[in-house]
Amino acid sequence: MDYELIVIGGGPAGMAAALEASKNGVKQILILERAETLGGILVQCIHTGFGLHYFGEELSGPEYAGRFVVQVEENPDITVKPDTMVLDIVPGEGSHTVIAVNKADGLLELSCKAVVLAMGCRERPRGALNIAGSRPSGILSAGTAQKYVNLDGYMPGKEVVILGSGDIGLIMARRMTLEGAKVKMCCELMPYSSGLTRNIVQCLDDFGIPLKLSCTVIGVHGRERLEGVTIANVDENRRPIPGTEEYVPCDLLLLSVGLIPENELSRAAGVSMDRVTNGPVVGQDRETDIPGIFACGNVLHVHDLVDFVTLESQQAGKGAAAYIQKGTPAERTFIPTKGVNGVRYVVPQKVDKSAVEPVKLYFRVGEVHKNAQVRVRCGETELVKKRRPRLAPGEMEDLIVKPEQLASLPPNAVLTVEIVK
Amino acid sequence: MPNTVREMICIACPLGCGLKAELSESGEILSVTGNSCKRGDSYARTEITNPTRSFTSTVKLTGGTRPVVSVKSKAPVPKGKMADIAEVLKSVTLPAPVQIGDIALPDAVGTGVDIVVTDRVSAA
Repeated sequence: MDYELIVIGGGPAGMAAALEASKNGVKQILILERAETLGGILVQCIHTGFGLHYFGEELSGPEYAGRFVVQVEENPDITVKPDTMVLDIVPGEGSHTVIAVNKADGLLELSCKAVVLAMGCRERPRGALNIAGSRPSGILSAGTAQKYVNLDGYMPGKEVVILGSGDIGLIMARRMTLEGAKVKMCCELMPYSSGLTRNIVQCLDDFGIPLKLSCTVIGVHGRERLEGVTIANVDENRRPIPGTEEYVPCDLLLLSVGLIPENELSRAAGVSMDRVTNGPVVGQDRETDIPGIFACGNVLHVHDLVDFVTLESQQAGKGAAAYIQKGTPAERTFIPTKGVNGVRYVVPQKVDKSAVEPVKLYFRVGEVHKNAQVRVRCGETELVKKRRPRLAPGEMEDLIVKPEQLASLPPNAVLTVEIVK
Repeated sequence: MPNTVREMICIACPLGCGLKAELSESGEILSVTGNSCKRGDSYARTEITNPTRSFTSTVKLTGGTRPVVSVKSKAPVPKGKMADIAEVLKSVTLPAPVQIGDIALPDAVGTGVDIVVTDRVSAA
């Protein structure tokens, strides 16, 4: 066996999983990272707001990542191979094989007891949107613009329209403004923003940038370089309303229209996927349905706060350590979870009935609700109910189920998470 | 003039509580409601008297593995000063290597707040 644990991805999820596995006694840990440095997407997220939950202070992305990078570098149990691309994961009985390539080692074929999938997510591209028009330069995903501005010191445009009100788009509205660009508007297809409220206040309202809800870009203009976009209001079926079209001159269109977990490796390995999260199906220790393969962070489901990525990844790291040391328990009963009545998904998708620690069920709602209650029930039995002044699709929620509650459930139980009006 | 109510959304944390501050005729803050923690109360009071924000940007770097490095204000700065700070930072260049916490600009535009480096960049 080359390693006890191989972690794929050296962002916040991968680093937290590796460190937690080490803390729980795993000695030979390898992190494979595609980029040249650890830290993942945090490195380009130079704004603050990270770490309020986990560290109790407000850090920038590089600072948050930096705290884990230092621990990884100092940990003798953890080896890091940067600039390394994983090509394939071949699951086996009691041992898995990871195939990767880099400039120094060439092709690597590494065996290990357990794998943690921590590849994160990527932005939904223009091709997924069907915007009519030519293919000029000046149309970028918000994250690409973020990399240009924050890491390469390069401004990709002067007059900006942002499509989609995801957090990265909002953050870039402020960033481009402070760097001297004119951000004309942020158009959101839905009647509500998918970004965090605090970002709408700090990034749009503070700079007088209008947020146009139920509005989208229906055409782009320009041959070599973007010259402008046509926007239009949309009806309740998200179809453009004739007569509301407006031409907006701009040389940069930023897209912040959603994130997709990067699960090509997981799918190829045969891991079962959840069609709503676009991530693997896991138990509370974040183990997939292939024994010894775990998943955590944005590859599992898109998080809005890195603090929760860290906490989730620690569970995966601890789970991987237990698997490496003890293998899969001989007898294990899983209770499936499901979201109904406005709850789009629940992670984990199944819970081990013999859990010894409280299980946090993370979930996301489909629409904005005010003064609602959320609850977990099993059949007609209510296990936990909490009041929520505000529920929004952009903000992940959680409810905690206690081990004694799980133990008392009938054999064919289902944990249902729902909104109660 | 009767008492007025100012509504705002708290940005002290990602919860985004809807706050209501009741102001007297003279502009004195009578009460803050809608907050779910102490930070919400102080946010509302600061937002009315002297709104502040965390400021982040980048500054140029010479001789490093990257051309720029990220910076932040060590404490929140008055909202109205952000554009001025961004302008002054245009002319700041640091020599690599830099460490988290290095001072990029002391006492930014007279706010008394230092602008500090938030990432580690080694020399090329």
